[in-house]
Amino acid sequence: MPNGKRFDALKMLAGGPKPSRREFMKFCGTMAVFMGMGPAFAPAIADALMNKKRPSVVYLHCAECTGCTEGLLRAYEPFFDEIIMSTISLDYCETIMAASGQAAHAALEKAVANPEGYVCVIEGGIPTYHGGEYGKVGGETMFQLCARVAAKAKATIAMGSCACFGGVQAAAPNPSGAKGVNQALAAVGVSAINISGCPPNPMNFVGTVVHLLTKGMPKLDHWNRPTMFYGDTVHAHCPRQEHFNRGEFAPSFDSPEAKKGWCLYQLGCKGPYTYNNCPTALFNQVNWPVKAGAPCIGCSEPNFWDDYSPFFHPIEDGPKG
Amino acid sequence: MSQTTATTTGKRLIVDPVSRIEGHLKVEVELENDRVKNAWVSTQLFRGIEVILKGRPPEDAPLFTQRTCGVCTNTHALTSIRAIEDALELKAPPLAQLIRHLILSTLIIHDHLVHYYHLHGLDWIDMASALDADPVEAGKIVAATSNRDSDPSNLFIVRKRLKEFVAGGQLGFLENAYFLGGNPVYRCTPEENLILASHYIEGLRIQLELGRAMALFAGKNPHAQSMVVGGVTCYDSLRLEVVDHFRRIWAKTKEFVDNAMMPDILLMAKRFPEALNYGKTSNFFAFADFHNPESGNDPYFKSGVLWGNDLTKHDKLDMGLIDEHVARSWYEGDTARKPYDGVTAPMYTSYEDKEKYSWSKAPRYKGEPMETGPLARRALAYARKEKETRTMLDGFFKAASMKPEQLFSTMGRTVCRVVETSMLINRMKGWIDETEKRVKAGDTDIYKPWKMVDDAKGVGTCCVTRGALSHWIRIKGGVIENFQLVVPSTWNLGPRCIEGKLSPAEQSLIGCPCPDLERPVEILRTIHSFDPCIACSVHMVDNRSGGIRKFKIR
Repeated sequence: MPNGKRFDALKMLAGGPKPSRREFMKFCGTMAVFMGMGPAFAPAIADALMNKKRPSVVYLHCAECTGCTEGLLRAYEPFFDEIIMSTISLDYCETIMAASGQAAHAALEKAVANPEGYVCVIEGGIPTYHGGEYGKVGGETMFQLCARVAAKAKATIAMGSCACFGGVQAAAPNPSGAKGVNQALAAVGVSAINISGCPPNPMNFVGTVVHLLTKGMPKLDHWNRPTMFYGDTVHAHCPRQEHFNRGEFAPSFDSPEAKKGWCLYQLGCKGPYTYNNCPTALFNQVNWPVKAGAPCIGCSEPNFWDDYSPFFHPIEDGPKG
Repeated sequence: MSQTTATTTGKRLIVDPVSRIEGHLKVEVELENDRVKNAWVSTQLFRGIEVILKGRPPEDAPLFTQRTCGVCTNTHALTSIRAIEDALELKAPPLAQLIRHLILSTLIIHDHLVHYYHLHGLDWIDMASALDADPVEAGKIVAATSNRDSDPSNLFIVRKRLKEFVAGGQLGFLENAYFLGGNPVYRCTPEENLILASHYIEGLRIQLELGRAMALFAGKNPHAQSMVVGGVTCYDSLRLEVVDHFRRIWAKTKEFVDNAMMPDILLMAKRFPEALNYGKTSNFFAFADFHNPESGNDPYFKSGVLWGNDLTKHDKLDMGLIDEHVARSWYEGDTARKPYDGVTAPMYTSYEDKEKYSWSKAPRYKGEPMETGPLARRALAYARKEKETRTMLDGFFKAASMKPEQLFSTMGRTVCRVVETSMLINRMKGWIDETEKRVKAGDTDIYKPWKMVDDAKGVGTCCVTRGALSHWIRIKGGVIENFQLVVPSTWNLGPRCIEGKLSPAEQSLIGCPCPDLERPVEILRTIHSFDPCIACSVHMVDNRSGGIRKFKIR
């Protein structure tokens, strides 16, 4: 997809000329391959994306930095405006919604009461200490809000490592008692799909939504992550792996070996212990940390802030914890 | 959660959540004669990143602090790096400094653009009104106010998309928007609203490319990974095709800034002149940034202090005069401390009694609340008689028929944001040229090795999108002993201090009109003009006199 020919979906969605349709179908084909379905699955994706009635999505923000939403704004083919105008109905999302205060609250209650149901997306960890008073939205604790909204949802997606596993605020000593969605809300029967990463690649989120719309629940790993995106380690597809295999390691960031693009393991790279598709999916269509000479910090793994740090040193016996 | 209460002193209105910001924010105002008489701004989330940093290796701090905010993203990483480099007395090589300039300036432009159209925009743009627009007439306006031609085809497409969106009956992110059903405080014509709506969508496509531009050097966006203590690591980006790619995105963005953002802000200043008369604060300060990559001197953004809205004078900034107050914040005690010795000990009490009422601390300079951000930077440059700022702003004042002192207002804040975007994108060209020259010459010196020290302290400052950001580190035994972040939104949107002095945002709300309790648009315009970034979320509970209002599309 990153290198695919850009189709003007804007024109196509407005009923533009036929060649745009062909390009749209090409996109659907690329997305099908990205999801590991093969090109024959493209028409089903096209149908789902062109749905007349858009599925309702309620997007909640908890203890987070909004980096996952920012990542989603960078979605490419489909673009963010296409996602919210043509694919889903983003009925609640504090970052971009027009309404504030009571008007926002009313939009939330309307979406939650929708008889056709909704998908709940949660970004951020959920503070649990002292009755959850470390985080409130509209006077309600984040814990209460997520519990009642996610419990009634058709499906729940935990967007980003904070929602999946608690995230940076859950790093020791976890001052606010932040927890991931599944950890905090298991008692109310919530089992969220985890799209981990800090932030996750937006295409992993979009691909998961497309899968839910076309084929239902994707296959998940033991951390509830879709295996189509989190099935292999970063190391498995790393272009620097041949250097690893030959024992060619960069000893420092200013070394000739670093300049030559040798393996960053000795500088702390956690790629061998990290399940994600960064080397193949790329971020922003052009780059990813290891390509930019920076060691992988393992940001899609549970408790990586504690278990995978210090970040610029190898962990001899693998991650702690 | 959202009652209007009548008290002896007048009506109260709570807006929670405040949407279209980063983070969780709550605003409460007391009203008299349809104007704000008193205000409280409360941030609603505590995460404790300063506590988490203690005892960790200093060089890991940039990765942690960057997660303070995914909107400001790499600015926190960069500021932590500067604090540690200050402690180590380390200077990164010129090419590394240049690459940091490219990443930081792109981020500021990205942030200003997204704030202007996607966060602040719906306070001014009536998307429903755009449905009634004549695209051909709108095209003529575009041609008359910018260097773009009058071709209406894109405007036809945008109107069609909006019509189809609305016809489906699912309003999604526009549900309960304050302009639905018609609202007299939205003053643009249908054609103007269509142009603005088309820029809202075009802006979404541009910001995605700006994210890509950052990723070319940063590894990814949000959350850069290639910026480290000592320099940057992106040897793979030191290629002419990468610089060319960056330059193409820069050129496309410049075209958008020149022909969409600049004409749009002039239109808004003309259509909403009343917003030039409220939202005032008194004192301003800024840090310096974008220093010469070789000498480390001659910053493009200069530091300083401006007191009492006096555009004829400016003061030098003294970092030793910054204190953080916690008397009215949900932290233990009431002792104001210097950031190096700052303490983050959470203690939630309650909101209602307003003794303590926010998770934000209250930074003060010489004991005074100070606004920071694009308005502070431009007002200071204007007071300093910097030629570029003077030319841009004086031209704008003339075109919009506004007075210089009207900069100190809700609309003035937004004017400065857009003017600064234009200045910065022009300045970037030099940094791109210089990067290209060094890459062409085979410069690969982007990292300076260092050794962690046992005992040291350092401060890093940065001119970020929303103002003056500083990180303060104390290192002991080679690990972090104390780490404090003093962020722009704490300066702008914090609570009162121990002397009861209102924060800039609280001060700006005093006198703000609020004629429609159900649709407090002016309050949102004023709060949004600060571009709040609470790194959690702001929540406005506005007051409702009756049941839920039914909104209908015209």
